[in-house]
Amino acid sequence: MIEVAGLTKRFGPTLAVSDVSFEVQKGEVLGFLGPNGAGKTTTMRVITGYLSPSEGRVRVAGYDVVEEPLEAKRRTGYLPEAPPVYPDMTVVEYLAFVARIKGVPRREIQTRIEEVSEKCAVTDVTDRQIGKLSKGYRQRVGLAQALIHNPEVLILDEPTAGLDPKQIIETRELIRGLAGQHTIVLSTHILPEVSKTCERVLVINQGKIVASGTPQELTHRLQGYETVLLTAEGPAAEMMERLQRVSGVNLVEPRDAADSRVTFEVHAEKGHDVRAELARAIVESRWKLLELKTSGLSLEDIFLQLTTKDLGEGPDTSDKSSVVGIV
Amino acid sequence: MRNVIAVAGKELRAYFHSPIAYLVMTVYAALLGFFFYSFTATYVVQSFRIQAMGGGMGAPPMSLNEYIIRPLLAGVLTVVILLLVPLITMRLYAEEKRSGTIELLLTSPLTDLEVILGKFLGAMALYAVLVAMTFLYVGYLFLHGNPNAKPLLAQVLGLLLYGAALLALGMWFSTFTKNQIVAGVVAFAVFLLLFVMDWVTAYGSGRASDVISYLSLTKHFDNFAKGVIDLSDVVFYVSVVVLGIFLTARSVDALKGRA
Repeated sequence: MIEVAGLTKRFGPTLAVSDVSFEVQKGEVLGFLGPNGAGKTTTMRVITGYLSPSEGRVRVAGYDVVEEPLEAKRRTGYLPEAPPVYPDMTVVEYLAFVARIKGVPRREIQTRIEEVSEKCAVTDVTDRQIGKLSKGYRQRVGLAQALIHNPEVLILDEPTAGLDPKQIIETRELIRGLAGQHTIVLSTHILPEVSKTCERVLVINQGKIVASGTPQELTHRLQGYETVLLTAEGPAAEMMERLQRVSGVNLVEPRDAADSRVTFEVHAEKGHDVRAELARAIVESRWKLLELKTSGLSLEDIFLQLTTKDLGEGPDTSDKSSVVGIV
Repeated sequence: MRNVIAVAGKELRAYFHSPIAYLVMTVYAALLGFFFYSFTATYVVQSFRIQAMGGGMGAPPMSLNEYIIRPLLAGVLTVVILLLVPLITMRLYAEEKRSGTIELLLTSPLTDLEVILGKFLGAMALYAVLVAMTFLYVGYLFLHGNPNAKPLLAQVLGLLLYGAALLALGMWFSTFTKNQIVAGVVAFAVFLLLFVMDWVTAYGSGRASDVISYLSLTKHFDNFAKGVIDLSDVVFYVSVVVLGIFLTARSVDALKGRA
Protein backbone atom coordinates (compact mmCIF):
# COMPACT_ATOMS: atom_id res chain seq x y z
CA MET A 1 0.00 0.00 0.00
CA ILE A 2 2.90 2.32 0.78
CA GLU A 3 6.28 1.79 -0.82
CA VAL A 4 9.22 3.94 0.15
CA ALA A 5 12.43 3.25 -1.76
CA GLY A 6 15.74 4.95 -1.10
CA LEU A 7 14.12 8.07 0.27
CA THR A 8 16.57 10.87 1.01
CA LYS A 9 15.61 14.38 2.03
CA ARG A 10 18.03 17.24 2.44
CA PHE A 11 17.31 20.70 3.76
CA GLY A 12 20.23 22.64 2.38
CA PRO A 13 23.31 20.97 3.82
CA THR A 14 21.35 19.11 6.51
CA LEU A 15 20.46 15.52 5.85
CA ALA A 16 17.06 14.94 7.42
CA VAL A 17 16.33 11.48 6.02
CA SER A 18 18.97 9.25 4.53
CA ASP A 19 18.21 6.37 2.17
CA VAL A 20 15.13 5.07 3.96
CA SER A 21 13.25 2.14 2.42
CA PHE A 22 10.25 0.25 3.73
CA GLU A 23 6.87 -1.06 2.71
CA VAL A 24 3.56 -1.10 4.49
CA GLN A 25 1.02 -3.77 3.63
CA LYS A 26 -2.68 -3.12 3.25
CA GLY A 27 -4.42 -2.93 6.62
CA GLU A 28 -1.20 -2.86 8.58
CA VAL A 29 -0.47 -0.45 11.45
CA LEU A 30 3.13 0.68 11.31
CA GLY A 31 4.75 2.69 14.08
CA PHE A 32 7.59 5.11 13.55
CA LEU A 33 9.64 5.34 16.65
CA GLY A 34 12.48 7.73 17.22
CA PRO A 35 13.65 10.68 19.23
CA ASN A 36 12.66 14.20 18.27
CA GLY A 37 14.40 15.32 15.12
CA ALA A 38 15.05 11.78 13.93
CA GLY A 39 13.31 12.33 10.60
CA LYS A 40 9.89 10.85 11.36
CA THR A 41 7.92 13.95 10.46
CA THR A 42 9.99 14.59 7.35
CA THR A 43 9.39 11.04 6.11
CA MET A 44 5.67 11.38 6.72
CA ARG A 45 5.56 14.75 4.99
CA VAL A 46 7.14 13.24 1.90
CA ILE A 47 4.60 10.39 1.90
CA THR A 48 1.75 12.89 2.10
CA GLY A 49 3.22 15.05 -0.66
CA TYR A 50 3.82 18.07 1.55
CA LEU A 51 7.56 17.89 0.89
CA SER A 52 9.19 16.61 -2.24
CA PRO A 53 11.92 13.97 -1.88
CA SER A 54 15.50 14.90 -2.71
CA GLU A 55 16.12 11.33 -3.89
CA GLY A 56 14.21 8.08 -3.97
CA ARG A 57 10.64 7.14 -4.75
CA VAL A 58 7.48 6.99 -2.72
CA ARG A 59 4.32 5.28 -3.91
CA VAL A 60 0.96 5.37 -2.18
CA ALA A 61 -1.63 2.83 -3.36
CA GLY A 62 0.49 2.40 -6.48
CA TYR A 63 0.70 6.12 -7.32
CA ASP A 64 4.01 7.94 -7.25
CA VAL A 65 3.64 10.95 -4.96
CA VAL A 66 5.75 13.12 -7.24
CA GLU A 67 4.40 12.06 -10.62
CA GLU A 68 0.73 11.61 -9.76
CA PRO A 69 0.34 13.67 -6.60
CA LEU A 70 -3.41 14.20 -6.90
CA GLU A 71 -4.17 10.48 -7.16
CA ALA A 72 -1.89 9.71 -4.22
CA LYS A 73 -3.34 12.55 -2.13
CA ARG A 74 -6.91 11.44 -2.84
CA ARG A 75 -6.05 8.17 -1.09
CA THR A 76 -4.20 9.65 1.86
CA GLY A 77 -5.52 11.10 5.08
CA TYR A 78 -3.02 13.09 7.10
CA LEU A 79 -3.03 14.38 10.64
CA PRO A 80 0.03 16.58 11.17
CA GLU A 81 1.48 17.03 14.63
CA ALA A 82 -0.55 20.19 15.15
CA PRO A 83 -4.12 19.56 13.92
CA PRO A 84 -4.53 21.75 10.81
CA VAL A 85 -7.74 23.46 11.90
CA TYR A 86 -9.10 26.94 11.28
CA PRO A 87 -9.95 28.30 14.71
CA ASP A 88 -12.72 30.60 13.54
CA MET A 89 -14.70 27.85 11.82
CA THR A 90 -17.19 25.59 13.54
CA VAL A 91 -16.51 21.87 13.42
CA VAL A 92 -19.20 21.31 10.80
CA GLU A 93 -18.01 24.18 8.60
CA TYR A 94 -14.47 22.91 8.82
CA LEU A 95 -15.31 19.30 7.99
CA ALA A 96 -17.51 20.47 5.11
CA PHE A 97 -14.63 22.54 3.72
CA VAL A 98 -12.16 19.68 4.04
CA ALA A 99 -14.65 17.28 2.44
CA ARG A 100 -14.96 19.60 -0.53
CA ILE A 101 -11.26 20.03 -1.13
CA LYS A 102 -10.69 16.31 -0.64
CA GLY A 103 -13.15 15.67 -3.45
CA VAL A 104 -16.03 14.07 -1.55
CA PRO A 105 -19.09 14.22 -3.85
CA ARG A 106 -21.45 16.99 -2.81
CA ARG A 107 -24.41 14.79 -1.92
CA GLU A 108 -22.26 12.55 0.29
CA ILE A 109 -20.69 15.36 2.30
CA GLN A 110 -23.45 15.50 4.90
CA THR A 111 -23.41 11.77 5.61
CA ARG A 112 -19.60 11.65 5.68
CA ILE A 113 -19.52 14.47 8.24
CA GLU A 114 -21.99 12.58 10.40
CA GLU A 115 -20.02 9.34 10.10
CA VAL A 116 -16.62 10.75 11.00
CA SER A 117 -18.06 12.97 13.77
CA GLU A 118 -19.50 9.89 15.36
CA LYS A 119 -16.36 7.82 14.85
CA CYS A 120 -14.16 10.51 16.38
CA ALA A 121 -16.65 11.40 19.12
CA VAL A 122 -17.09 15.05 18.22
CA THR A 123 -20.86 14.98 17.65
CA ASP A 124 -21.54 17.02 20.78
CA VAL A 125 -19.37 19.95 19.63
CA THR A 126 -20.19 20.11 15.92
CA ASP A 127 -21.58 23.64 16.14
CA ARG A 128 -18.83 25.05 18.33
CA GLN A 129 -15.94 27.12 17.06
CA ILE A 130 -12.80 25.00 16.82
CA GLY A 131 -10.69 27.70 18.45
CA LYS A 132 -12.77 27.36 21.60
CA LEU A 133 -12.41 23.58 21.89
CA SER A 134 -10.03 21.78 24.23
CA LYS A 135 -6.86 20.27 22.84
CA GLY A 136 -8.31 16.78 23.00
CA TYR A 137 -11.32 17.76 20.95
CA ARG A 138 -9.17 19.63 18.47
CA GLN A 139 -7.05 16.53 18.02
CA ARG A 140 -10.17 14.48 17.35
CA VAL A 141 -11.42 17.06 14.87
CA GLY A 142 -8.03 16.72 13.21
CA LEU A 143 -8.49 12.98 13.04
CA ALA A 144 -12.03 13.39 11.68
CA GLN A 145 -10.56 15.63 8.99
CA ALA A 146 -8.05 12.94 8.02
CA LEU A 147 -10.86 10.38 7.71
CA ILE A 148 -13.44 12.47 5.90
CA HIS A 149 -12.73 11.12 2.42
CA ASN A 150 -12.39 7.57 3.70
CA PRO A 151 -8.75 7.27 2.60
CA GLU A 152 -6.99 3.96 2.17
CA VAL A 153 -3.89 5.29 3.88
CA LEU A 154 -3.77 7.24 7.14
CA ILE A 155 -0.66 9.11 8.19
CA LEU A 156 -0.77 10.24 11.81
CA ASP A 157 2.08 12.35 13.19
CA GLU A 158 2.24 11.96 16.96
CA PRO A 159 -1.52 11.52 17.31
CA THR A 160 -1.41 11.48 21.10
CA ALA A 161 1.08 14.29 21.71
CA GLY A 162 -0.09 16.77 24.30
CA LEU A 163 -3.19 14.86 25.36
CA ASP A 164 -4.05 13.90 28.90
CA PRO A 165 -3.91 10.20 29.89
CA LYS A 166 -7.62 9.62 29.41
CA GLN A 167 -7.57 11.21 25.98
CA ILE A 168 -4.49 9.19 25.06
CA ILE A 169 -6.29 5.96 25.86
CA GLU A 170 -9.35 7.06 23.87
CA THR A 171 -7.24 8.06 20.90
CA ARG A 172 -5.38 4.74 20.97
CA GLU A 173 -8.65 2.86 21.01
CA LEU A 174 -9.86 4.94 18.11
CA ILE A 175 -6.73 4.16 16.10
CA ARG A 176 -6.97 0.47 16.89
CA GLY A 177 -10.57 0.58 15.71
CA LEU A 178 -9.44 2.05 12.41
CA ALA A 179 -6.84 -0.65 11.80
CA GLY A 180 -7.90 -3.15 9.19
CA GLN A 181 -10.06 -0.69 7.26
CA HIS A 182 -7.14 1.65 6.72
CA THR A 183 -3.42 1.26 6.32
CA ILE A 184 -1.96 3.33 9.11
CA VAL A 185 1.45 4.87 9.69
CA LEU A 186 1.83 6.66 12.98
CA SER A 187 4.82 8.24 14.61
CA THR A 188 5.65 8.69 18.22
CA HIS A 189 8.52 9.21 20.54
CA ILE A 190 6.59 7.61 23.35
CA LEU A 191 7.31 3.92 23.62
CA PRO A 192 4.23 2.32 25.18
CA GLU A 193 2.34 3.90 22.34
CA VAL A 194 4.02 1.62 19.87
CA SER A 195 3.52 -1.65 21.71
CA LYS A 196 -0.12 -0.76 22.32
CA THR A 197 -1.17 0.32 18.85
CA CYS A 198 1.26 -0.98 16.25
CA GLU A 199 1.77 -4.33 14.63
CA ARG A 200 5.17 -3.38 13.29
CA VAL A 201 7.73 -0.84 14.40
CA LEU A 202 10.42 1.05 12.54
CA VAL A 203 12.98 2.62 14.79
CA ILE A 204 14.43 5.66 13.11
CA ASN A 205 17.35 7.71 14.31
CA GLN A 206 19.33 10.48 12.67
CA GLY A 207 17.43 9.96 9.44
CA LYS A 208 18.15 6.23 9.19
CA ILE A 209 16.13 3.15 10.03
CA VAL A 210 18.03 1.36 12.77
CA ALA A 211 15.67 -1.53 13.44
CA SER A 212 12.33 -2.95 12.45
CA GLY A 213 9.99 -5.72 13.54
CA THR A 214 7.02 -6.39 15.75
CA PRO A 215 7.35 -4.96 19.25
CA GLN A 216 7.89 -8.51 20.54
CA GLU A 217 10.46 -9.37 17.88
CA LEU A 218 12.42 -6.26 18.66
CA THR A 219 12.51 -7.16 22.32
CA HIS A 220 13.66 -10.69 21.58
CA ARG A 221 16.24 -9.87 18.98
CA LEU A 222 17.82 -7.26 21.11
CA GLN A 223 18.23 -9.50 24.10
CA GLY A 224 21.56 -10.98 23.21
CA TYR A 225 21.96 -11.88 26.86
CA GLU A 226 19.80 -12.63 29.85
CA THR A 227 19.75 -10.33 32.79
CA VAL A 228 19.08 -11.37 36.36
CA LEU A 229 18.58 -9.05 39.29
CA LEU A 230 19.83 -10.40 42.60
CA THR A 231 19.55 -8.83 46.02
CA ALA A 232 21.48 -10.28 48.93
CA GLU A 233 22.84 -9.29 52.30
CA GLY A 234 26.58 -9.73 52.89
CA PRO A 235 29.97 -8.24 52.07
CA ALA A 236 29.55 -6.57 48.71
CA ALA A 237 32.99 -7.13 47.23
CA GLU A 238 33.17 -10.79 48.17
CA MET A 239 29.66 -11.49 46.94
CA MET A 240 30.40 -9.85 43.65
CA GLU A 241 33.56 -11.84 43.20
CA ARG A 242 31.76 -15.11 44.04
CA LEU A 243 28.92 -14.38 41.59
CA GLN A 244 31.41 -13.65 38.85
CA ARG A 245 32.77 -17.20 39.16
CA VAL A 246 29.39 -18.84 38.44
CA SER A 247 29.62 -20.53 35.05
CA GLY A 248 27.76 -18.74 32.27
CA VAL A 249 27.98 -15.35 33.92
CA ASN A 250 29.48 -12.63 31.79
CA LEU A 251 29.29 -9.57 33.94
CA VAL A 252 28.18 -8.56 37.41
CA GLU A 253 27.36 -4.97 38.18
CA PRO A 254 26.25 -3.58 41.52
CA ARG A 255 23.02 -1.60 41.16
CA ASP A 256 22.02 -0.26 44.58
CA ALA A 257 23.44 -0.72 48.00
CA ALA A 258 21.60 0.06 51.23
CA ASP A 259 23.23 -0.90 54.54
CA SER A 260 24.62 -4.31 53.83
CA ARG A 261 22.02 -5.13 51.19
CA VAL A 262 23.30 -5.05 47.68
CA THR A 263 21.45 -5.51 44.41
CA PHE A 264 23.49 -6.88 41.52
CA GLU A 265 22.67 -6.94 37.87
CA VAL A 266 24.01 -10.17 36.48
CA HIS A 267 24.38 -10.60 32.72
CA ALA A 268 24.56 -14.19 31.54
CA GLU A 269 25.09 -15.79 28.16
CA LYS A 270 21.99 -16.22 26.10
CA GLY A 271 20.13 -19.46 26.76
CA HIS A 272 21.73 -19.98 30.19
CA ASP A 273 19.38 -19.85 33.11
CA VAL A 274 21.87 -19.09 35.84
CA ARG A 275 19.36 -18.38 38.58
CA ALA A 276 19.73 -21.73 40.39
CA GLU A 277 23.51 -21.49 40.30
CA LEU A 278 23.48 -17.94 41.59
CA ALA A 279 21.18 -18.88 44.46
CA ARG A 280 23.40 -21.81 45.43
CA ALA A 281 26.52 -19.64 45.33
CA ILE A 282 25.04 -17.12 47.74
CA VAL A 283 23.46 -19.61 50.10
CA GLU A 284 26.51 -21.87 50.28
CA SER A 285 28.63 -18.90 51.25
CA ARG A 286 26.14 -18.29 54.13
CA TRP A 287 25.04 -14.90 52.88
CA LYS A 288 21.36 -14.01 52.88
CA LEU A 289 19.57 -14.23 49.58
CA LEU A 290 16.69 -11.77 49.55
CA GLU A 291 15.48 -11.53 45.99
CA LEU A 292 16.19 -13.10 42.64
CA LYS A 293 14.41 -12.32 39.37
CA THR A 294 14.98 -12.14 35.64
CA SER A 295 14.71 -8.78 33.99
CA GLY A 296 13.51 -8.51 30.42
CA LEU A 297 14.62 -5.55 28.40
CA SER A 298 11.83 -3.07 28.11
CA LEU A 299 11.13 -1.35 24.84
CA GLU A 300 12.55 1.71 26.53
CA ASP A 301 15.94 0.05 26.97
CA ILE A 302 15.95 -1.07 23.37
CA PHE A 303 15.07 2.37 22.21
CA LEU A 304 17.86 3.90 24.23
CA GLN A 305 20.30 1.28 23.02
CA LEU A 306 19.45 1.85 19.41
CA THR A 307 19.22 5.58 19.42
CA THR A 308 22.24 6.34 21.56
CA LYS A 309 24.51 3.88 19.81
CA ASP A 310 26.32 6.49 17.78
CA LEU A 311 27.13 8.41 20.90
CA GLY A 312 28.60 5.32 22.50
CA GLU A 313 26.48 5.78 25.58
CA GLY A 314 24.23 2.77 25.33
CA PRO A 315 23.75 0.69 28.47
CA ASP A 316 25.70 -2.03 26.72
CA THR A 317 27.53 -1.57 23.48
CA SER A 318 28.93 -5.06 23.03
CA ASP A 319 25.82 -6.84 21.83
CA LYS A 320 24.27 -4.36 19.55
CA SER A 321 26.17 -5.11 16.41
CA SER A 322 24.16 -8.31 16.16
CA VAL A 323 20.83 -6.55 16.23
CA VAL A 324 21.37 -3.44 14.20
CA GLY A 325 20.92 -3.92 10.52
CA ILE A 326 17.93 -6.17 10.89
CA VAL A 327 16.15 -4.24 8.20
CA MET B 1 -13.17 24.97 -10.61
CA ARG B 2 -15.11 23.44 -7.75
CA ASN B 3 -11.90 23.43 -5.73
CA VAL B 4 -11.15 27.06 -6.57
CA ILE B 5 -14.61 28.07 -5.40
CA ALA B 6 -14.26 26.02 -2.21
CA VAL B 7 -11.00 27.78 -1.35
CA ALA B 8 -12.35 31.19 -2.36
CA GLY B 9 -15.43 30.66 -0.19
CA LYS B 10 -13.25 29.66 2.74
CA GLU B 11 -11.12 32.81 2.34
CA LEU B 12 -14.12 35.09 2.07
CA ARG B 13 -15.69 33.52 5.14
CA ALA B 14 -12.41 33.92 7.03
CA TYR B 15 -12.46 37.65 6.30
CA PHE B 16 -15.98 38.03 7.62
CA HIS B 17 -15.39 35.76 10.62
CA SER B 18 -12.49 37.93 11.71
CA PRO B 19 -12.32 41.68 12.29
CA ILE B 20 -10.39 42.23 9.05
CA ALA B 21 -13.36 42.62 6.71
CA TYR B 22 -15.13 45.00 9.07
CA LEU B 23 -11.98 46.97 9.78
CA VAL B 24 -11.19 47.39 6.11
CA MET B 25 -14.79 48.32 5.28
CA THR B 26 -14.97 50.84 8.11
CA VAL B 27 -11.72 52.54 7.18
CA TYR B 28 -12.79 52.63 3.56
CA ALA B 29 -16.22 54.03 4.34
CA ALA B 30 -14.86 56.63 6.76
CA LEU B 31 -12.13 57.95 4.49
CA LEU B 32 -14.38 57.90 1.46
CA GLY B 33 -17.14 59.62 3.42
CA PHE B 34 -14.83 62.38 4.59
CA PHE B 35 -13.53 63.17 1.13
CA PHE B 36 -16.96 62.80 -0.44
CA TYR B 37 -18.35 65.35 1.98
CA SER B 38 -15.43 67.67 1.48
CA PHE B 39 -15.55 67.51 -2.33
CA THR B 40 -19.34 67.88 -2.41
CA ALA B 41 -19.28 70.84 -0.04
CA THR B 42 -16.62 72.56 -2.13
CA TYR B 43 -18.63 71.83 -5.25
CA VAL B 44 -21.79 73.34 -3.78
CA VAL B 45 -20.01 76.47 -2.56
CA GLN B 46 -18.27 76.92 -5.89
CA SER B 47 -21.41 76.58 -7.97
CA PHE B 48 -23.29 79.04 -5.74
CA ARG B 49 -20.45 81.49 -6.14
CA ILE B 50 -20.47 81.19 -9.91
CA GLN B 51 -24.23 81.73 -9.97
CA ALA B 52 -24.01 84.70 -7.61
CA MET B 53 -21.45 86.36 -9.85
CA GLY B 54 -23.81 85.80 -12.71
CA GLY B 55 -21.02 84.18 -14.64
CA GLY B 56 -22.99 81.01 -15.12
CA MET B 57 -25.45 82.57 -17.55
CA GLY B 58 -25.86 80.18 -20.43
CA ALA B 59 -22.74 78.19 -19.45
CA PRO B 60 -23.23 74.51 -18.53
CA PRO B 61 -23.23 73.69 -14.80
CA MET B 62 -20.02 72.40 -13.23
CA SER B 63 -19.52 68.73 -13.98
CA LEU B 64 -20.14 66.38 -11.07
CA ASN B 65 -17.82 63.90 -12.74
CA GLU B 66 -14.92 66.31 -12.93
CA TYR B 67 -15.30 67.90 -9.52
CA ILE B 68 -16.40 65.03 -7.31
CA ILE B 69 -16.29 61.56 -8.84
CA ARG B 70 -12.92 61.76 -10.53
CA PRO B 71 -10.93 63.18 -7.60
CA LEU B 72 -12.68 60.71 -5.34
CA LEU B 73 -12.02 57.58 -7.37
CA ALA B 74 -8.80 58.44 -9.13
CA GLY B 75 -7.25 60.55 -6.42
CA VAL B 76 -8.37 59.43 -3.00
CA LEU B 77 -9.22 55.79 -3.61
CA THR B 78 -5.96 54.86 -5.33
CA VAL B 79 -4.19 55.88 -2.12
CA VAL B 80 -6.72 54.36 0.28
CA ILE B 81 -6.48 51.06 -1.58
CA LEU B 82 -2.71 51.18 -1.30
CA LEU B 83 -3.26 51.14 2.43
CA LEU B 84 -6.01 48.54 2.61
CA VAL B 85 -4.80 45.89 0.17
CA PRO B 86 -1.90 44.85 2.44
CA LEU B 87 -4.46 44.31 5.21
CA ILE B 88 -6.38 42.00 2.90
CA THR B 89 -3.44 40.04 1.51
CA MET B 90 -1.14 39.77 4.51
CA ARG B 91 -2.95 36.79 5.99
CA LEU B 92 -3.44 34.79 2.78
CA TYR B 93 -0.42 32.52 3.18
CA ALA B 94 1.22 33.82 6.35
CA GLU B 95 -1.72 32.74 8.50
CA GLU B 96 -1.82 29.26 6.98
CA LYS B 97 1.89 28.88 7.53
CA ARG B 98 1.70 29.97 11.14
CA SER B 99 -1.26 27.78 12.08
CA GLY B 100 -0.07 24.75 10.12
CA THR B 101 -3.17 24.61 7.96
CA ILE B 102 -0.88 25.00 4.97
CA GLU B 103 -0.18 21.29 5.49
CA LEU B 104 -3.86 20.55 4.98
CA LEU B 105 -4.02 22.55 1.76
CA LEU B 106 -0.81 21.14 0.30
CA THR B 107 -1.65 17.53 1.14
CA SER B 108 -5.19 17.73 -0.27
CA PRO B 109 -5.87 16.69 -3.84
CA LEU B 110 -5.69 20.28 -5.08
CA THR B 111 -3.20 21.75 -7.48
CA ASP B 112 -1.19 24.69 -6.17
CA LEU B 113 -2.80 26.85 -8.82
CA GLU B 114 -6.28 25.99 -7.56
CA VAL B 115 -5.32 27.08 -4.06
CA ILE B 116 -3.69 30.29 -5.33
CA LEU B 117 -6.61 31.21 -7.57
CA GLY B 118 -9.05 30.42 -4.77
CA LYS B 119 -7.20 32.69 -2.38
CA PHE B 120 -6.89 35.40 -4.98
CA LEU B 121 -10.59 35.28 -5.82
CA GLY B 122 -11.54 35.30 -2.14
CA ALA B 123 -9.46 38.43 -1.58
CA MET B 124 -10.78 39.91 -4.81
CA ALA B 125 -14.35 39.35 -3.63
CA LEU B 126 -13.74 41.34 -0.45
CA TYR B 127 -12.07 44.04 -2.52
CA ALA B 128 -15.05 44.11 -4.89
CA VAL B 129 -17.30 44.67 -1.87
CA LEU B 130 -15.18 47.72 -1.01
CA VAL B 131 -15.37 49.11 -4.52
CA ALA B 132 -19.11 48.48 -4.55
CA MET B 133 -19.39 50.57 -1.40
CA THR B 134 -18.27 53.53 -3.50
CA PHE B 135 -21.72 53.52 -5.08
CA LEU B 136 -23.28 54.33 -1.72
CA TYR B 137 -21.72 57.76 -2.07
CA VAL B 138 -21.71 58.18 -5.80
CA GLY B 139 -25.29 56.93 -5.95
CA TYR B 140 -26.23 59.97 -3.90
CA LEU B 141 -25.00 62.16 -6.75
CA PHE B 142 -27.15 60.23 -9.18
CA LEU B 143 -30.17 60.73 -6.94
CA HIS B 144 -29.74 64.50 -6.70
CA GLY B 145 -27.93 65.36 -9.88
CA ASN B 146 -27.15 63.87 -13.21
CA PRO B 147 -23.52 62.88 -13.54
CA ASN B 148 -22.34 60.97 -16.55
CA ALA B 149 -22.25 57.20 -15.92
CA LYS B 150 -19.79 56.28 -18.67
CA PRO B 151 -16.58 57.72 -17.23
CA LEU B 152 -17.63 56.28 -13.87
CA LEU B 153 -17.74 52.79 -15.34
CA ALA B 154 -14.23 53.21 -16.75
CA GLN B 155 -13.02 54.45 -13.37
CA VAL B 156 -14.57 51.53 -11.52
CA LEU B 157 -13.08 49.05 -13.99
CA GLY B 158 -9.74 50.79 -13.48
CA LEU B 159 -10.06 50.49 -9.71
CA LEU B 160 -10.84 46.80 -9.96
CA LEU B 161 -7.84 46.14 -12.21
CA TYR B 162 -5.52 48.32 -10.15
CA GLY B 163 -6.64 46.54 -6.97
CA ALA B 164 -6.32 43.10 -8.58
CA ALA B 165 -2.72 43.85 -9.49
CA LEU B 166 -1.93 44.92 -5.92
CA LEU B 167 -3.75 41.90 -4.47
CA ALA B 168 -1.76 39.49 -6.62
CA LEU B 169 1.53 41.06 -5.55
CA GLY B 170 0.43 41.23 -1.91
CA MET B 171 -0.43 37.52 -1.98
CA TRP B 172 3.07 36.79 -3.20
CA PHE B 173 4.61 38.75 -0.30
CA SER B 174 2.43 36.75 2.06
CA THR B 175 4.13 33.50 1.03
CA PHE B 176 7.49 34.69 2.35
CA THR B 177 6.78 34.58 6.04
CA LYS B 178 4.71 33.18 8.89
CA ASN B 179 4.33 36.68 10.23
CA GLN B 180 1.33 38.59 8.91
CA ILE B 181 2.73 41.94 10.04
CA VAL B 182 5.90 41.39 8.04
CA ALA B 183 3.89 40.39 4.98
CA GLY B 184 1.71 43.47 5.35
CA VAL B 185 4.56 45.92 5.87
CA VAL B 186 6.55 44.58 2.93
CA ALA B 187 3.47 44.82 0.72
CA PHE B 188 2.75 48.38 1.82
CA ALA B 189 6.35 49.51 1.30
CA VAL B 190 6.49 48.01 -2.18
CA PHE B 191 3.11 49.44 -3.14
CA LEU B 192 4.13 52.86 -1.96
CA LEU B 193 7.28 52.64 -4.03
CA LEU B 194 5.31 51.56 -7.09
CA PHE B 195 2.92 54.43 -6.46
CA VAL B 196 5.55 57.14 -6.36
CA MET B 197 7.82 55.56 -8.91
CA ASP B 198 6.83 57.77 -11.80
CA TRP B 199 7.53 60.92 -9.83
CA VAL B 200 11.21 60.62 -10.72
CA THR B 201 10.34 60.51 -14.39
CA ALA B 202 9.03 64.06 -14.17
CA TYR B 203 12.61 65.27 -14.18
CA GLY B 204 14.22 62.61 -16.32
CA SER B 205 14.08 61.69 -19.92
CA GLY B 206 15.34 58.87 -22.07
CA ARG B 207 14.89 55.17 -21.98
CA ALA B 208 15.22 54.47 -18.25
CA SER B 209 12.66 57.10 -17.51
CA ASP B 210 10.26 55.58 -20.05
CA VAL B 211 10.64 52.13 -18.55
CA ILE B 212 10.06 53.37 -15.01
CA SER B 213 7.09 55.33 -16.14
CA TYR B 214 5.66 52.29 -17.93
CA LEU B 215 6.08 50.12 -14.84
CA SER B 216 4.35 52.59 -12.58
CA LEU B 217 1.02 51.25 -11.39
CA THR B 218 -0.48 54.72 -11.20
CA LYS B 219 0.56 55.85 -14.68
CA HIS B 220 -1.72 53.24 -16.20
CA PHE B 221 -4.59 54.54 -14.15
CA ASP B 222 -4.51 57.97 -15.84
CA ASN B 223 -6.61 56.91 -18.82
CA PHE B 224 -9.18 55.17 -16.63
CA ALA B 225 -9.36 58.32 -14.53
CA LYS B 226 -10.23 60.30 -17.63
CA GLY B 227 -12.95 57.78 -18.41
CA VAL B 228 -11.03 56.11 -21.22
CA ILE B 229 -10.56 52.36 -21.38
CA ASP B 230 -7.32 51.71 -23.23
CA LEU B 231 -6.57 48.06 -23.98
CA SER B 232 -2.87 48.54 -23.25
CA ASP B 233 -3.67 49.60 -19.69
CA VAL B 234 -5.98 46.62 -19.22
CA VAL B 235 -3.23 44.35 -20.55
CA PHE B 236 -0.73 45.93 -18.17
CA TYR B 237 -2.81 45.28 -15.06
CA VAL B 238 -3.79 41.78 -16.15
CA SER B 239 -0.09 41.05 -16.76
CA VAL B 240 0.77 42.17 -13.24
CA VAL B 241 -1.96 39.87 -11.88
CA VAL B 242 -0.58 36.94 -13.89
CA LEU B 243 2.94 37.77 -12.73
CA GLY B 244 1.82 37.89 -9.10
CA ILE B 245 0.10 34.53 -9.41
CA PHE B 246 3.12 33.03 -11.14
CA LEU B 247 5.51 34.29 -8.46
CA THR B 248 3.18 33.00 -5.74
CA ALA B 249 3.18 29.59 -7.43
CA ARG B 250 6.98 29.56 -7.53
CA SER B 251 7.17 30.54 -3.90
CA VAL B 252 4.67 27.85 -2.81
CA ASP B 253 6.56 25.28 -4.82
CA ALA B 254 9.77 26.27 -3.06
CA LEU B 255 8.08 25.51 0.27
CA LYS B 256 7.93 21.86 -0.72
CA GLY B 257 11.60 21.52 -1.50
CA ARG B 258 12.84 23.98 1.05
CA ALA B 259 16.34 23.31 -0.18
